[in-house]
Amino acid sequence: MSDALLNELTQREYQHGFVTDVETESIPAGLSEDVVRIISKKKNEPEWLLEWRLKAYRHWLTMDEPTWARVSYPPIDYQKIVYYAAPKSAKEGPKSLADVVPELLAMYEKLGVPLKEREILAGVAVDAVIDSVSVATTFREKLGSLGIVFCSFSEAVHTHPELVRKWLGSVVPSRDNFFAALNSAVFSDGSFCYIPKGVRCPMELSTYFRINQADTGQFERTLIVAEEGATVSYLEGCTAPKRDVNQLHAAVVELVALDDATIKYSTVQNWYPGDREGKGGIYNFVTKRGKCLGKRSKISWTQVETGSAITWKYPSCILMGDDSVGEFYSVALTNNYQQADTGTKMIHIGKNTRSTIVSKGISAGHGQNTYRGGVTILKSAVGARNYSQCDSLLIGDQCGAHTFPYIEVKNSTATLEHEASTSKIGEDQLFYCMQRGISAEDAVSLIVNGFAKRVLKELPMEFAVEAQKLLGVSLEGSVG
Amino acid sequence: MNLLEITNLHASIEEDGTEILKGIDLVIKPGEVHAVMGPNGSGKSTLAHVLSGRPGYMVTQGTVSFLGKDLLAMKPEERAREGVFLAFQYPVEIPGVSNNYFLRTAVNAVRRHRGLPELDAMDFLQLLDEQAKLVEMEEALLNRSVNEGFSGGEKKRNEVLQMALLDPRLAILDETDSGLDIDALRIAAGGVNALRDGKRGFLVITHYQRLLNYIVPDFVHVLSDGRIVKSGGKGLALELEAKGYGWIETEAATAAR
Repeated sequence: MSDALLNELTQREYQHGFVTDVETESIPAGLSEDVVRIISKKKNEPEWLLEWRLKAYRHWLTMDEPTWARVSYPPIDYQKIVYYAAPKSAKEGPKSLADVVPELLAMYEKLGVPLKEREILAGVAVDAVIDSVSVATTFREKLGSLGIVFCSFSEAVHTHPELVRKWLGSVVPSRDNFFAALNSAVFSDGSFCYIPKGVRCPMELSTYFRINQADTGQFERTLIVAEEGATVSYLEGCTAPKRDVNQLHAAVVELVALDDATIKYSTVQNWYPGDREGKGGIYNFVTKRGKCLGKRSKISWTQVETGSAITWKYPSCILMGDDSVGEFYSVALTNNYQQADTGTKMIHIGKNTRSTIVSKGISAGHGQNTYRGGVTILKSAVGARNYSQCDSLLIGDQCGAHTFPYIEVKNSTATLEHEASTSKIGEDQLFYCMQRGISAEDAVSLIVNGFAKRVLKELPMEFAVEAQKLLGVSLEGSVG
Repeated sequence: MNLLEITNLHASIEEDGTEILKGIDLVIKPGEVHAVMGPNGSGKSTLAHVLSGRPGYMVTQGTVSFLGKDLLAMKPEERAREGVFLAFQYPVEIPGVSNNYFLRTAVNAVRRHRGLPELDAMDFLQLLDEQAKLVEMEEALLNRSVNEGFSGGEKKRNEVLQMALLDPRLAILDETDSGLDIDALRIAAGGVNALRDGKRGFLVITHYQRLLNYIVPDFVHVLSDGRIVKSGGKGLALELEAKGYGWIETEAATAAR
């Protein structure tokens, strides 16, 4: 392990907790039809989108916040949240990196977001989102020459309205659930990605979302469509500054894969988790779903969740096309007072559809970690197969791990396998490492990374390294 | 300077206060090989654990000096970096962590402490290849998870390999012979013998004399009920093999009276 990593490991505080001083333009806190209209107007949206938002808003008013998750938090006052904030300089939209304010660039620098041209070598195209407006998009021209559209969501509304209108809400309807409805009403920005027929996207697409403005809920909306035979790998990384109050983050991600298309969606989530006493931190209430619409299509979710005070998310796959494949690989880590209720839903509709679930939960401190997964095999899904593996690792004796697998099978030709295990980091393992000169913290990091290896190896190479470091950093002070 | 100097060491089990070591005195000079023998429950493994700093024990009296430094004041990883190596009786499995990566992490932790540059993956592989030959370790085992699915012999050879890589000043072998067939024993012992360089000290803990046919000690100590009751040359081990532990325990009990 390198010196740099060792230094990181000994720095105990959340590292991304700086606030960038950028003038922002916000609207007052609170939510009403007028606020929805203002958001839509500020983004200069077409009438149909405003109507879509309003419909979602009106439905949201009739819904109750879900209470079935194994998490607890004080009631959220939705009238205290600011639903729109944009860095002022982005009003007109930057034309190139030169137009971006230096503070923002410096912030991305600190986060290690590869924005500069030299990063062409790294092969990463970044659509960076700060608060609500996409600030800079790189590599667009190169992608454009292949017919790939990769831009901010609000831009796509203007440049590719037919695509947005066709697919928006087709996977996660605006009435889907409380937080998805809220998002549909007030979503601010996010990424839009369209891969045309037969095109293999030549680079990893990546978005760094970041909540910067105080008291700003962030409601991104991401839509990725892969046409017949198209292939794309997308990564989102998330960090947020440190604040004493809890912030709400309710995003929606929709993926659509047509015949023979493949979408790989990887997340490294490191939102501010709150302090050691559980004060502050992000509420990460996210709806992510992919639809394998075409035959032999494939959607693969990989997530490394180390941040947030509360995580509530279930990246799922609807396997409609015959022979389509859904995958879910997850590492969720809770330390101190973090709570995570996460898992997936695999809904088998087409014939010979296959799904794989590998979930690794790590709990330390007072962390509570819940795996909640549903596998549904419908009557039409002849020959469907599922393999699920849920492992939990406990560090210390104050934390908890919980597993709630739901299985519903309506076709007798289906094959399902479920494996689960719970283990504790043994004193023996720790001592063995330490007797070889490895410090206790490095030993924990080593053991945890070994535990999570099956999932980490699904991440694109350059992000796997970051995720490994993150696991170590997030567990600081968990043994001692 | 003495390599290791144990003076009147008393240690108990932390949980229930049971005293296991009841006053151990032992001096190991550089290059010496000391064997500690004794019946089950005499405190042999406890001695190895206390010297390496395993949690769960309480030192109630006495001192241990390692190259003039207070060993008992150091954390386990510091003892390792200073050059105390323990070959485990029951090596632990670490799923998902490749042996190769684990070994490099350990070697670099020790090298940093000694002010040596860290080895990158390529340099380390070269070193690993050389040392692996010493214990006839197949390459496949280096890429598998640490000790996972290793046979008893493979685990013990892996311990000796780690010893070779970490280059300790004092190597403690805790019942390295247990569970080994004669071929595995020969290979493991061969590895240890190759590391006898006249400077490194060894503390070989064993129940049976058999191991000492392969690793020939300079001194043999018999441990009984937490004390060293008899010390001698390598001949003592043979005597024990022939007569069992009973006569020494009787002798010790008589002397105590």
